[in-house]
Amino acid sequence: MSTSKQEQESGIKNPNPKIVLFLCRWCSGKGADLAGTSRLNYPPNVLPIMVNCTSRIDPRFIVEAFLDGADGVLVTGCHFGDCHYKTGNYKAYRRLSLVAKLLKQVGVNPKRFRLTWISATEATKFVKVTTEMVEDLKKLPPYWSNENGGDSDE
Amino acid sequence: MDEKKKVGVFVCHCGRNIAQTVDIEKLMEKVREKYDVELVEDNMYMCSDPGQNLLKESIQAKNLNRVIVAACSRDMHEPTFRSAAQEAGLNPYLVEIANIREQVSWVHDDKEKATEKASKIIGSTIEKVIRDEPLEPLKIPVVQRALVIGGGIAGIQAALDIADAGYEVTLVEKSPTIGGHMAQLAETFPTLDCSQCILTPKMVAVSRHPKINLLTTSEVVSVDGYVGNFKVQIRKNPRYVDVDKCNLCDDCTAVCPVVVHDEYNQSLSPRKAIYIPFPQAVPASYVIDEETCLGIDPLICSKCKDVCLVEAINFDMQPEIIEEEFGAIIVATGYDTYPIENIGEYGYGAHPDIISGLDFERLLSANGPTQGVIRRPSDGKVPKTVVFVHCAGSRDPAKHLPYCSKICCMYSTKHALQYKHLVHDGTAINFYIDVRTAGKDYEEFYKRAAEEEKVIYVRGKVSEIIEDGDQLLVKGVDTLLGEAVEVHADLVVLATGLVPSKGTQEISHLLKLSCDSKGFLKEAHPKLKPVESALSGIFIAGTASGPKDIPETVSQASGAAAKAATILASEFLEREPQIAQVDPTTCGLCHTCINVCPYGAIYLDEGVRRITVREALCEGCGSCAAACPSGSIELKNSTSEGIRAQIKALLQG
Repeated sequence: MSTSKQEQESGIKNPNPKIVLFLCRWCSGKGADLAGTSRLNYPPNVLPIMVNCTSRIDPRFIVEAFLDGADGVLVTGCHFGDCHYKTGNYKAYRRLSLVAKLLKQVGVNPKRFRLTWISATEATKFVKVTTEMVEDLKKLPPYWSNENGGDSDE
Repeated sequence: MDEKKKVGVFVCHCGRNIAQTVDIEKLMEKVREKYDVELVEDNMYMCSDPGQNLLKESIQAKNLNRVIVAACSRDMHEPTFRSAAQEAGLNPYLVEIANIREQVSWVHDDKEKATEKASKIIGSTIEKVIRDEPLEPLKIPVVQRALVIGGGIAGIQAALDIADAGYEVTLVEKSPTIGGHMAQLAETFPTLDCSQCILTPKMVAVSRHPKINLLTTSEVVSVDGYVGNFKVQIRKNPRYVDVDKCNLCDDCTAVCPVVVHDEYNQSLSPRKAIYIPFPQAVPASYVIDEETCLGIDPLICSKCKDVCLVEAINFDMQPEIIEEEFGAIIVATGYDTYPIENIGEYGYGAHPDIISGLDFERLLSANGPTQGVIRRPSDGKVPKTVVFVHCAGSRDPAKHLPYCSKICCMYSTKHALQYKHLVHDGTAINFYIDVRTAGKDYEEFYKRAAEEEKVIYVRGKVSEIIEDGDQLLVKGVDTLLGEAVEVHADLVVLATGLVPSKGTQEISHLLKLSCDSKGFLKEAHPKLKPVESALSGIFIAGTASGPKDIPETVSQASGAAAKAATILASEFLEREPQIAQVDPTTCGLCHTCINVCPYGAIYLDEGVRRITVREALCEGCGSCAAACPSGSIELKNSTSEGIRAQIKALLQG
């Protein structure tokens, strides 16, 4: 990945980070659609995959996404109390909080993994979160910039 | 299973909606190059007839066994393309949507990057579709009975409409009578119909309808299940008077020693602990107020029981739990008015002559505390000057309700007009921010009040109301003249707005219905699905979803009834077959899936010692699949292997 001089000066180490975005079908997926319907704009770096519920997300999906070349993973679901499947988001929160801890322990910068709640009406929050995450990850080198991956030398 | 996967990809231009940001030619080229697909086609509008025909013809001509439509959100046209594929002989669950409009063309500017992202999304969808299995929808029998919660005008209308369509209805009302707030109103705008006269025939119709099971003094305590098959528990609280025996002789109230506030008359008059809410109450029966009666105990006081010749009074009645199944539910739990106790600038409701709009309705009513003669609460004198304060606690985001309650301008105008009709030489002054009269014949009604009936309108807010001798001094501003105004009034009526009722708040938790920021129930879509909740089979009517006038409430009730009847009309409903399935060869019977399932849909079949999924209960969240330590339980057409392949395709495509 070559970075221009200008980008180096502004602290940009990865102009084009790849972020895997998990959407749930009932809240954040509809929120993402609403961002489209409202013609809001966000960077094309987020690559969406829709699951029925955040509780469908197996922790290994997150880990494997990094192994497959992601620079970051963003998981979005319903707010607490709003889950279409009653308690799926609580389960996701518990599981993925452990994943966040694990990733940190093995030397992955915590900015690379984010879990947040976005309702079907929160298109602006969706745009804010995705844009923020892309901006954050531009300032980190690509995940695979060293042969072992991760940010252990940071 | 091992047949070759022949994937057809159909790319939609959506006019210019997709094509202006995604280079369709380049996208099709990329898809052809990168992925193993049988055919890539495009169309200006895939959802149009020519687009659907292209899909159908291609499936047949090329023997496609998997289809991807790259177009808008799956919420828009997934059913369209699935049924088109089905017409061409393909199982509908072998069709997938790649969303390249809402999540690509409408949110990105850079054409090259957008095209790249669209290609990745299609690549990822290909990984999903080639793993999809043909599925058959599950058929679930429908319980052909509806539950209506709330017995105000919305619930009454909804129950009558469903019952008239030929289905059984249970109408549950918390208080001892149906009728709701509408039964408290004097006359209704803009026609000045007497509210009771138009409402009570409908109440009687409810009680006489053979298809309606009316449960008063009852509350819904739990709801389980799903559309077509809700399992509901209702608690019927005791009324201590046998409805069938009570002959309304009124002997009991004459001897009852307990005197309390009458809530029907907004506490402007007293009632006894045994009472009938109002003469036309339905069911027509007295009721004992458990909280104020001397103890529902014949040893302490049994005066009412002693005088009741028909022996209708029974102190031994117990709460009863009724369990019933319903196919559809209508929530019509109504509103409360914003408490004037919250409005400090207008005296916190402490002064007896500063009253709410609903209090004034009672003073105007022929069956009210003053028999329809307007007397002020403090000394019973007929007020010569009445000030009506619009937007009392409304449109005030800093201190009170931020929103407009829609009906207060009209009801204040009605109040002023009715006051002028009853007190000819009286002065009626309305302080308003704007007069909002959107509704059929509403503007004419306002003009009539202001121009023909000499009701005074002053544009400006009232800042303070203070006691001045036996009068009230209303301090405000006339923003048209730009000067301060002070008026002495004998009575002040605050036009308070509507807030979600306590029952609405409780039912939203019980049914897991989402609410908006004000606590009103949220519709599935504010414009196109105004009476549907986000939960299939649960509908909303009337002011539970926001302030409304009577005509709008009644039309919503009929709308919700029609929606409910659509469900009840079918014997079976089709349910998504994307549910969990267990691989018994690797399952270690660890019970993890049983513990995480929110629906109790997974159990250990003791006979064969296998974990088994109850198909009718599984909703397909996939929580079990994520939790299974051996990967033995999977969600159909959303397997772990499939999702991992999708992620890989997004990153490496």
